[in-house]
Amino acid sequence: MARHKIKVKVQGTEREAEVESRLLLVHFLREVLSLTGTHIGCDTTHCGACTVLLDGQPVKSCTVLAVQADGREVMTVEGLEQDGKLHPIQDGFWQEHGLQCGYCTPGMLMTGYALLERNADPSEAEIRQAISGNLCRCTGYVNIVKAVQHAAAAAKQRRTTAA
Amino acid sequence: MIPAAFDYHAPRTLDEALALLAEHGEDAKVLSGGQSLLPLMKLRLGGAAHLVDIGRIPGLEYVREEGGSLRIGGRTRESELERSELIHAKLPLLADTAAVIADPLVRNLATVGGNLAHGDPANDHPAAMLALRAEVVATGPRGTRTIPIDEFFVGLFATALDAGEILTEIRIPLPPPRSGGAYEKLERKVGDFATAAAAVQVTLTSGGAVEKAGIALTNAGPTPVRAAEAERYLAGKQPSDEAIAEAARLAGAAAAPSADRRGKVEYKREMARVLTVRALRRAIQRAKEH
Repeated sequence: MARHKIKVKVQGTEREAEVESRLLLVHFLREVLSLTGTHIGCDTTHCGACTVLLDGQPVKSCTVLAVQADGREVMTVEGLEQDGKLHPIQDGFWQEHGLQCGYCTPGMLMTGYALLERNADPSEAEIRQAISGNLCRCTGYVNIVKAVQHAAAAAKQRRTTAA
Repeated sequence: MIPAAFDYHAPRTLDEALALLAEHGEDAKVLSGGQSLLPLMKLRLGGAAHLVDIGRIPGLEYVREEGGSLRIGGRTRESELERSELIHAKLPLLADTAAVIADPLVRNLATVGGNLAHGDPANDHPAAMLALRAEVVATGPRGTRTIPIDEFFVGLFATALDAGEILTEIRIPLPPPRSGGAYEKLERKVGDFATAAAAVQVTLTSGGAVEKAGIALTNAGPTPVRAAEAERYLAGKQPSDEAIAEAARLAGAAAAPSADRRGKVEYKREMARVLTVRALRRAIQRAKEH
């Protein structure tokens, strides 16, 4: 069986492993690196529970081979919290009750994070469009949208205070 | 779900990729964005003993004007088309199309070349490229050849590409002034394939008549469908409500969809007609603004 040595930067730290060609990125993260924050939902490219950032872009890690990530950068939900402090996008979900069962949350957080990196002040329509590949079966999305807006407002507040 | 075992190759140049395809022949498949191929392999509906990943070959991702045509690198991602100012300005039909393919996360990896080379009539770019009268550039061991889009889709999941060829570029003639296009898709939810969809590209005369029209349908048969009768009917006519209605009727009649959980044949044909009306109206409006 074909195996390959890969090097992937995960939350900025280089990780090396020897993997089978067919190993999916989500399994590499969860089973090889023990980063189980990334969830496997539908496993058919629909639900977005497995969303991670690949070179800064949110992608469905159940539909990427680990070998495709060789030499590239990955960020998972574990990379959001810094020094014991929740990232503003995580705080937004906390404050606005942006989750119920929590299954879709790691994917929602990564998509929300990537959206705010690209567009610091998105409209409701832009938020809904951005999360349209992430399914939530509990919340009806209302509080998820509010959570992303909360994070955007908090970041704006910080920018204003700093200025 | 885990794909059956295969070997993975990551060539750094087009020549290396072509050599791998030549070496492994029918046992090899090109991996572009992987957003159609990997799900098929996970479901074990498709597969290959060797995957040749073209993602590490520089120079295959671009959108640029050259020689009177718009050229799109085969590995250009859908999200790039969606954000390209050039595409929005020159080919709104393509901007419309890119924005409704799968979902935003899939579009960060899915590529235009892959969308065409997969040969799936349910994909959205095939109809759009038919309406735009695009050409596909295939690179193989003996160099490159250009395939007119009307000759590209030869059957369900089958294209004119040889096993040893890679789709490296799509060329679209730059539309003259007073041109516009639109894509209208009916889907049950974001990420679903089209129940029906219509791609339209029109050019108007200075007198406001339709000089030429490109009309094509998604998921309306084993290959994407050009509504040739509708195109011929519209040419030379003022785009009145009656003319649009008749052209759309002809387009609906050209649809030969199969019944599935998305609907019956009659329903899908009717939706193809309705979506053609909407796409024609929007395309004509855009042509008037240019």
